[in-house]
Amino acid sequence: MTLADLVDALELQVRAGRARLEREVTGGYASDLLSDVIANGRPGDLWITLQKHVNTVAVASMKDLAAIVLVNGREPEEDTVRKAEAENIPVLVSRLPAFELAGRLCGLGVGRMG
Amino acid sequence: MPSTRITKTQEMVYEMKVGEVMTRQVITVRPDVPMSRLRGILRQNRISGLPVLDGQRLVGLISLEDFIKWLADRAEDGPIRQRMTQHLEKVSEDDPLVLAVGKFDKSGLGRLPVVDRNDPTKLLGILTKGDVIEGLLKKLEIDYQQEQIRRHRTAHVFFEDVQADRTALVLQYDVKGQDFGQAGASSSRLKQTLHRLGVGPNLVRRVAIASFEAEMNLVVFTSGGTLRAKIQPETLLLEAADSGPGIADIACALEPGYSTAPDWVRELGFGAGMGLPNIRKSCDRFEIDSALGKGTRLTASFFVNENFHDIS
Repeated sequence: MTLADLVDALELQVRAGRARLEREVTGGYASDLLSDVIANGRPGDLWITLQKHVNTVAVASMKDLAAIVLVNGREPEEDTVRKAEAENIPVLVSRLPAFELAGRLCGLGVGRMG
Repeated sequence: MPSTRITKTQEMVYEMKVGEVMTRQVITVRPDVPMSRLRGILRQNRISGLPVLDGQRLVGLISLEDFIKWLADRAEDGPIRQRMTQHLEKVSEDDPLVLAVGKFDKSGLGRLPVVDRNDPTKLLGILTKGDVIEGLLKKLEIDYQQEQIRRHRTAHVFFEDVQADRTALVLQYDVKGQDFGQAGASSSRLKQTLHRLGVGPNLVRRVAIASFEAEMNLVVFTSGGTLRAKIQPETLLLEAADSGPGIADIACALEPGYSTAPDWVRELGFGAGMGLPNIRKSCDRFEIDSALGKGTRLTASFFVNENFHDIS
C-alpha cells in the first residue's frame, strides 16, 4: 500500500513531502521517543507520533522511514515542514489519536506481516 | 511525441564534430576504372561505396547502388566517371555532427565525403552512419569511464593521493547545550559531508545515528561540547566531548531505558534512555570516559575499509 492510498483511506492531511507519496509503506511504528524510533524503526515504516518538532525529520531520514504521521490533529512546527521538504520526508496529519490510527492501519493490512 | 527533454545522445550530436568520428584512411577509386571492376573493389574492402578521385581532386562518389543500377540497365562497361554521383552533399571536419545526421536523414545517403572548408575538392575523410554510431558509443563509454573514475576517486584517491605518513580529515562541530532548536543540525551537516566524500550509505547511516545521539546528549545534559569526526584511511572516529556534568554511573547509563533526563526533556521525545545503547549498537568500537564535574569523552569507531568500497 502506498502513502497516497493511506492518505485517501484515512483522510490524512499532507503537510510536506508531497512528491514522495508514491512510496510503499511496509510497516508502522508508534512511539514518541526519538531514540526508541532510532533503535526500533525500520525502513519503510510509517511513524505514528505526537512529536511535531524538527528532530523527528532527522530521525525519519536517518532510518529511511516512509513518513511521519502526527496524531490528534497536531500540526508540525514550521521548521519541521521546511526541513521535511528539504529532506523529502512526507509529514502527514491525522485527526485520530495514536491508538485508533494504528488500529485503522492494521485493519487496512499495513503491518509487518505484510 | 513532442518532448523538450534533451537526451545525452542529442547533446553529444551537437557537441561533437565530424572530424572526431570520420574515417581518415579512405579507400578511393580513379574515375577511369571500369564499372566491371567496382564489385571486386567493394567486396575486397567490405564497403558499399567510395569517393572518386581524379588525381587529388574529389570528383564524385560511386556506390553499390550505382553498380546495381548499372547492372539493371544492362549498360555497356565503361568508366566509373559515367555512372558516379557528381553533385555531392559534403561536410567539413569542423561541422557539428548534427549537421551530418541531418544530411543523412534528408538525402538517404549512406556516406558523406568530408572536405576542406576552403577547398571542396580536397578530400579529408569519409563519414558513414556507422562512423556516427561508433563515435557516439565511444564517447559514451569514455564519459561513463570518467564518471566511474570520478566516483572511485571521491571514495579512494582522496586518501591514496595524499602523500603523507599519516592522513586524517577532521570535521569539528560545536554543539550548544540546551538549544533544542539547533539540536541535530551538526549531525545533519556531518552526514551530508560524509555522503559527499563518497562514504557508503550504510556507513553514513551508522555514523549519523551515533552522532545524532551523541549530539542530543550534549544538548540535553551539558552546557555544550564538541562533536568531531576524524576520517582516516582505515577508521572513522566519532568523538563527543564536553566539560560537564559527567555521568555518575556509566554502567547504568549504558542500560537501555535508563535515563536521568528531566520530564520536560522527555516530553520532547528525548531522554528515552536509549542514546548510549544506540551509539554502542551502531559502531564497531565504543569507549566512554567520564568524571563527575569534569566531563565526558565518548569515542565511537567505525571501520571504513569495506564500506569505502561500497560507493553505490
